[in-house]
Formats: sequence, structure tokens, C-alpha cells
Amino acid sequence: MTKIRRWGPGLLLVSPSIFLVAVFVYGLIGWNVKVSFSDWRQAQETSGFDTSAYAELFPADTGEVGEFAGAVVTGDQPESLSTDPAWIIDLHHALLFTLVFVLGALLMGAVLAFLLDKGVKGEGFFRAVYLFPMAVSFIAAGVVWRWLMNPAPGNRSTGFNLLFDKLGLDFLRNEWYLGTDWGAAALAIPAVWALSGYIMALYLAGFRGVPEELREAARMDGASEWRVYRHVVFPHLRPVTLSALIILGHISIKVFDLIVAIGGKQLITQTPAVYMWILIYDARDYAKGAAIATLLLVGISVLVVPYLLYTVRSERRV
Amino acid sequence: MIEGPRHAGRRSSRLPFLVVGALVAAVAALALPASGLGVEGKSSQACQLSVFSWWTGGGEAAGLDRLIKIWNRTHSDCKFKNETVAGGAGTNAKAVLAKRLAAGNPPDSFQGHAGAELRDYIKAGQVEPVDFIYRQYGFAKVFPKSLINQIRYQGRLYSVPVNIHRANVLWYNPKVLREHRIAVPKTWAQFVAALKKAQDAGVIPLSMGEQWTAKHLLETVMIGALGPKGWAALWTPGSSARWSSKAVTNALNRYATLLEYTNSDAASLTWQDAGKLVADGEAAFNVMGDWQDGYFSGTKKGGNLALKPGTDYGWAPVPGTAGVYDWLSDSFTLPKSATHRQQAVQWLSFLGSKQAQDTFNPVKGSIPARKDANAKLYGPYLKWALKQWKTNALAGSLAHGVVAPNAWNADIDTALGLFLQTKSVSRLQTALVAAAKKNAK
Amino acid sequence: MSTASATVEPRVRRPRRRRATGAQVLKYAALLFAALVVLLPVYVLLVASFKTGAEAEPSRAWALPDVWSLDAWRQAWNGEQYGLLPFLENSFKLVIPATLISTFLGSLNGFVLSRWRFPGADLVFLFLLFGMFIPYQAVMIPLTQIFIDVDFPEGIPRLVFAHIVYGIPITTLIFRSYYATIPEDLIEAARMDRAGMLRTYWSVVLPVSAPAFVVTAIWQFTSIWNDFLFAVFIVDDPEQWPVTVALNNTTGSFVTPYNVQMAAALIASLPTLVVYILLGRYFMRGLMAGALKG
Repeated sequence: MTKIRRWGPGLLLVSPSIFLVAVFVYGLIGWNVKVSFSDWRQAQETSGFDTSAYAELFPADTGEVGEFAGAVVTGDQPESLSTDPAWIIDLHHALLFTLVFVLGALLMGAVLAFLLDKGVKGEGFFRAVYLFPMAVSFIAAGVVWRWLMNPAPGNRSTGFNLLFDKLGLDFLRNEWYLGTDWGAAALAIPAVWALSGYIMALYLAGFRGVPEELREAARMDGASEWRVYRHVVFPHLRPVTLSALIILGHISIKVFDLIVAIGGKQLITQTPAVYMWILIYDARDYAKGAAIATLLLVGISVLVVPYLLYTVRSERRV
Repeated sequence: MIEGPRHAGRRSSRLPFLVVGALVAAVAALALPASGLGVEGKSSQACQLSVFSWWTGGGEAAGLDRLIKIWNRTHSDCKFKNETVAGGAGTNAKAVLAKRLAAGNPPDSFQGHAGAELRDYIKAGQVEPVDFIYRQYGFAKVFPKSLINQIRYQGRLYSVPVNIHRANVLWYNPKVLREHRIAVPKTWAQFVAALKKAQDAGVIPLSMGEQWTAKHLLETVMIGALGPKGWAALWTPGSSARWSSKAVTNALNRYATLLEYTNSDAASLTWQDAGKLVADGEAAFNVMGDWQDGYFSGTKKGGNLALKPGTDYGWAPVPGTAGVYDWLSDSFTLPKSATHRQQAVQWLSFLGSKQAQDTFNPVKGSIPARKDANAKLYGPYLKWALKQWKTNALAGSLAHGVVAPNAWNADIDTALGLFLQTKSVSRLQTALVAAAKKNAK
Repeated sequence: MSTASATVEPRVRRPRRRRATGAQVLKYAALLFAALVVLLPVYVLLVASFKTGAEAEPSRAWALPDVWSLDAWRQAWNGEQYGLLPFLENSFKLVIPATLISTFLGSLNGFVLSRWRFPGADLVFLFLLFGMFIPYQAVMIPLTQIFIDVDFPEGIPRLVFAHIVYGIPITTLIFRSYYATIPEDLIEAARMDRAGMLRTYWSVVLPVSAPAFVVTAIWQFTSIWNDFLFAVFIVDDPEQWPVTVALNNTTGSFVTPYNVQMAAALIASLPTLVVYILLGRYFMRGLMAGALKG
């Protein structure tokens, strides 16, 4: 068999997918980038070249860059900053949300998997319970969490605040997603609730994918159970953690249904994904909406490309 | 990495056939809709008038149903196709509509707020002028002149209003006011005094909901401070200078004062939740449009409160806006390249008729746009609104798309959202001036 | 699994078993606590769905209904205004073909990109994978335009197609990492027998793919069933909308009937829940076999 006859069929088999992705992903990304550099900032479509959409999303001059970065981290917008204030707040929210969501889901998933690893009675029940939140549509989960995170004071208390009061934990009362500094972290809680079951499943598979022989060998060498975990099991989990990070990260940047179900399109809960929607479908500022989409893609690429390179390289090693 | 196929041994030989079988079933299932079995899609030849709105629930859906019944009786050859998408005052609906219009696949008619909100569609050439319908059916005589003038764009009309809602209504709980000896305020000063009394008495002085209700409140305050003429002047081309005037500063300061009397959890409440606070006696006052009356007095089955107007709740013009009707209107349009244009025109002419408006509005909870409504069909609040409509000066709503197009509204939303966090009147005014500069064309 | 620790150091079995039991109790306590916390929102959903309209509101979230009522369930199931029933059929018509086809496609792609490689296979994999990250909201308008331009059959078929295309990255990813664990000898043996690519796939790879199929199918089922954005944009005809659009419409345009909305949410989540429970075992096995280890 000649070389090309060997691998030719493979290429042929994959080519429909290549074509479809080329059109429906890269073609649309290209369209999107083109629109972002246009002057289509109102309902009538126009196609002149214009970078004004991007100009509004970046600091006006180099002197402002530091202020910009500071404002993104703290959410406190200085009067002098010329950049679109909604954009700054959105970035602040997105950063906080991503941090809390990704770390929260990773931690909770990992801990649950660790607890289930050695097998417990009723494991099937626990797995089903932890996985169930993912089955509930964000649209509905959002309403419930809006109730649970209600910050009404005094005798109108409800949701978790009321629960804390009744349990004598009233120091835990807080404003949830209405707080200006940490509100976005509260928004991440429903997301952690929804996804940590799936992360648990990932880690559980990771734990159980470690060959028992390796664990036995370590125990034979006199290692305590904890050291077995630390030196045999955990290293095996690096690829799992990386997969989980990527999956969580990409959900976090795109999440829209959940945010809107809880906070509507209010500025207090707004993220870049919500702002993008407002710009495109309400304000009809297509160029700016496309610019935000492009910037989100660039941000995601920064996260994803290292993972992809790692994956491909680690495949070679195996 | 070694465990790979360990678990699959038993099913190995049957699996390929199972998979192929499932695949065949899948493709077959896919082919079914296309073959038209049981699904009446575009493949059917029958004429259907597709009308797009966000009226998925409550009195709106009920009112629409009544209209549909009448239409289907008189137009059995072209039945009504009700296309509705819900989500906060048309969030999703507007997006889906934008997509369909951009794709050249418009519904035969769609709902939109009369006024500037339609400007995007007009400028994009997606709707036709309907002056000819007004002429043919004499609508100019039955709709108030001021209304028609306020919905004209560059001299032409683009929609037929079905109803009028009032935005500047102050709702209150009579029992709470009686208990704490609070009089219904008429002027701004009286309002602040009443709010203070309520606060001292331990009830929420003014209940408010999520951000758009804050914008709703803002517009009533500004109309009260500036008057209808001053308000209208803010929305004309080149009006940014007016936005930086002292009069506006004064209005915004009033607004800031009001906010101090609102509940701290406003951002987590819908307008109906905020209204319920008044109904339950937790709050003294609430400013909301007259759909609040529909919620207060509607049937329990429909999820409303079934309260007695006047006894369990009361209403008055927002203090400072007596004699002014802060109006908004649901209207229907004539999209360009509508598939069933003739029927769409008939639909619009039907909507402007006395029969349609007096059928729809009592159920919907609004008053007709026409001047000749049969007041007997309407509840106590609406009777009051009808009387006001006859004599009040008109001021178009901001939050509900009369005076400002969508892009301007989005900029104001950002400015207001920031204000709700920073409480800085000067920054709010600066942002509003900038928004006017950008959008007042 | 306490036998594992018991065999290592028999000398200290007693103290170790006592400590292990204490640890077991703590473990159960932690798991139960976590389960309770996870189920709290579900409790609120359930309880609200059995309340009447006036009772179902935020300030009474925790309270059991004063009056137990099935009205919300009736309305959410086949009520005139909010009933989900007519749309359930559309959802099944959507999810079953889309899941099966996209899973199968992922399997073929995963196989080729891991075990029947060609020059540049890794690049192609990266190329496909990046498709996972496109922000959908921004491209809905041109996407629907493409469908119109090529005159694609309207309604559910368009939606199925979209989910198949946008499912390519994740399904390919899952299968590729799963197939990477198949011992090379099996493939080599098939090649020795002069088997071509498709024969190798059919006789060697497919028979051992069950766990990966299940894992992928479950993921796709959930995503496609719960998708709202594609459904509301791509399908114009309301009669062909899947259940998520109807669920969204229970938000109402006027007053939100919370009890109906929550009953509808529970109804809409049932099929996915059934899929999880029934196939949960296979799900775990699928993952254990390295499907998503990356």
C-alpha cells in the first residue's frame, strides 16, 4: 500500500467535519471580525472600515492603561477614565465570576470525588444527586437562585439569609449578587452548583483510572494512604484538571442564560456576554458587539492554546 | 491509560449493529418533519396571518386571544398564526425579530412600542409607512392629534396603536396611609414629607424593583420637574445643551432624594414583586405604569392578586405630574415584504377599529388609543385613566420607547446603572449629556 | 474498599480499622451535607410548583404550601397558555437524531485523528477543537442567513444540523482521548489482516466504544435538550419550537406565574434526569475508561 492510500481514507472521512467547521466556525468568526472593524453601529448595515468600536473599549492613551487595569480589578471606575464604563464593570464581573466559578467547581468536584473514590454505600445515589443540577435548565435555575440569594432585610428576609438567621448563623447574611464589590462572586454560586457534579465525575474517573497496581506498589513500599494519594494519584490528575479548567473556563466566558435569569440585563450583574447581547439586539451597535465577541475569543485563545499544545505534546509522550 | 476497552467485552459483537440501527432510526426521524407528517409548516398552502408579539401571558394574551377569535371568524380563509416569545418586556422577542427582519423573513405584522423604538426598523427600511391606512379608515379623526403627532417620524406614520398605557401613576395602600396619617401627596414637597412619615413609621416609603423600574421612576420625576414641554425638548436633535441645564440638575437631585426612600433589595425584585409590597402593606407607595392595576385587580387564577380597587389599593398621578399623561402605546406595524400583505393591512385596520380596541383593552388593562371608547366596559382605574386621557397634556415615555430610540436607551441604562451604585448626580448628568450628544440626531 | 488498607499492615489492623470507621462516618456526614446543600434549590422548585399562584412568591420560598395544588402542574403540562406537552415532541425529534448523529460523527473523527492518522492530523484536531469556543450570540444572524441562502429545510432540521456542526469539537475530543487508550496491537493486527480503515473501525474499534458512546451521548443530550439560544433563533415557526422556548415563555409577558414556571422547569428537566439515572452507571464506566481524561 502506498503511503497516501494508507492515510488517504482517514483524511477523506474527516473532511466533511473540516468543511463544516471551516464554514460555520471560522467563516462566522471571520464575518464577526470584519464587522467589528466596520462602521456598522446602527440599524442600517454599512461596511466602511472603522476602529471606533475598539477605541471605546480600550483606554484612550498609555497613561490610562494603569487606571484601566486597576478599574477592572476593583470595579471602581475613576472619573478620568475615558473607556466605556459598562465594559469595565463587565470585565470586573467576568474576572470575579470566572475565578470563583472555576476554583469553586474544581474544588467542590475534586473534594466530592475524593470522598467517593474508595467507594461508599449508595454511591449511585450520591452521584445522581450531585449530577442532577446539570439537568435543570439555567433559565429555571436562575429564578430559584434569585429567590435564594434575596438580600431583603429584617422581617422580609427570605432565601439563604433567612436560613442563616434561623440556624443562628446570621453573621453569614450578606447582599449576595447585589453587593458592588463581591456581587459577581455570588453569581458564580449557582454556576458552581450546576457544574460541580460533572467535575466530580471527571475527577472520580481520574482517581479510578489510576491502576490499583501502582497504588499497591506504593503501599508495599510503606507509604501511608495520604502519601499514596499525594505521590501516585494526584500526579495522574493533571490532565483531568486541565480538561476541567478548559471546560469551566469556556462556559464561564460565554455564560448568558444564567446571568439574565438572575439579574436581567441590569448593570449590577452585567458581563461581557450580556453586554454583547444588549449591543447587538437592543442598541443595534453591531460593530461594538462584534468587537466584544472578538475580544472574548482572543481571551479564550489565550487560555486554550497552551492547553491544546500541552495535550498534543502529551499524546506524543504516551 | 491501560484500562481502555476493559469494560466493553460482553457487548462487543452486538454493538456495531445497535449503533447502525440507531443511526438509521435517527436519520428516519429527521426525515419525518420534512415529509410533512402531522406538522403544518410553511409547506401547507393555506394562508396564515403570522403576527409576532411578546404577549405570552396574563391579560395581554387573553386580550389577544379575543382579537384572534374575532379575526378567525371574519377571515376564515386566512387564520391567525400567533407567534410569541417571552422574556422581560420583549428582550428575546426583539432579538428574534431583528434576526428575522435582517434575514428578509418578516412576520406579517409585529408588535412594537409606538414612537422612537420603531426608528431602528424604519431607518433600516424594514417597515412600510401606513399613512394610507389612516387615510382609508379615517383614523386621523379618531386618534388624538397630539398622539399622532408624537408618533410621526419625518412626517410619516409607521404603526397603528392598539392601546395607551399610563406610566406616571402613584400606587398606594390606603390602609397603610390611614394608619400612619399620611395624606396622598400632590406636590413634590408633599411627596417627600409623606415618604419621610412612612419611613419613620417603619414601612418602606417607596417600593422599587429592578433597574428598568428605576428608569421608569426617573422619567416620572423628570416630567414632573421639567413639565411636558421641557421633557419633549430633551429629545429633539441637538438637545445635549438642555441636558446640562440647571433644570435637569434639579430634577436629578429630586430623583436622588427619592432613591433614599426605596428598599435596598430593589435590584432583586421584579415590578410585580415591588407592587406586591404595597399590596401586602409592607410599603406605602410604588410608582409604576397602569399594568399594576391589572396585577392588583386581576383574577387569582391568572396569578394576580384579586384586590378591590379603591379599598385595597389606590392610585393618583405621580406628585408633580398632575394633568400630564406619561404615555406609552403598544402598536402594530406593516413589515416590508410581508408574505400576506393584504391581510396584514386588514389586520391593522381591524386593530384601529372601535370593536377591536374595546374588546382588547378592558381585558389587557389599558385604554384604547381611540377617543371614542365605551367607558362602561372598563374597570374603576381605567375609567379614571380614560377621563385623564381626554384632558391631560401628553409626555412620551422614555422607558417604554416613545421618546428615545433603542441605542439612546441603552446608553441611559448604563448611566443609570452606574448612578445606582455611585449615587453621584454630577456623573449621572455628565453621562446623560454625553448620551444626548451621541444620540440626539 | 477498606480491605485495601487492611491487607497492608495487619499488625496495626485494629487501631486502623477504628480510625477508618471514624473516617467513614465523617465521610458520610460530608457527603450527606453536600447532598443536602445541592438539593436545597430543588426543594424550593418542588415546593413552589405545588403552590397556588398567590402563594408562590419570593418571600415564601421555604414555606410548604398552605394549600397543596396540582394546578401549576396541569397548566405547565398541557395548559392552553403555558403547556409544554406539544413542544416535548419537538424536543425529542430534535435531540434524538442530533445526539445520535453528532456522537457517531465524533466517533469517526476521533478514530481517524487518533488511530488512523494522516500528516497534519494533530493540526486538524486543534482546528476542530477551537470551534468549541466561538461565542454563539454574536453570530446568530449570519448563521441563520446561511440557512436561508442554501434553502435548508426549515424548522427542526436546521436546528439538528446546527447542533451536529457545533457538537463536532466536543464529541471529537471525547472519542479521540478514549480511542488513544486502545492498545496499538489491536489496530496493528487488523492492518496485518489487510483490513482497510472502515473495516478496522467496524471490527476493532466500534465494538469497544460503548462507554465513550454513552459518555458523549449523555453530554450531547443534556446540552441540546437544554439549549435555548439556537432554538429560539433558528426555528421561526412556534409550532416547531422545542421545550426550552416554551419553558422560557412561562416567564410571561405580564405577571410571572412562578408556580407554573417551576413546575414547567421540573417537567423539562425530567428526561435529562432519567437519562442520568439510567445511564449513570455507564457514564462512570465510560469516564473510567479514559474518555475525558484529556
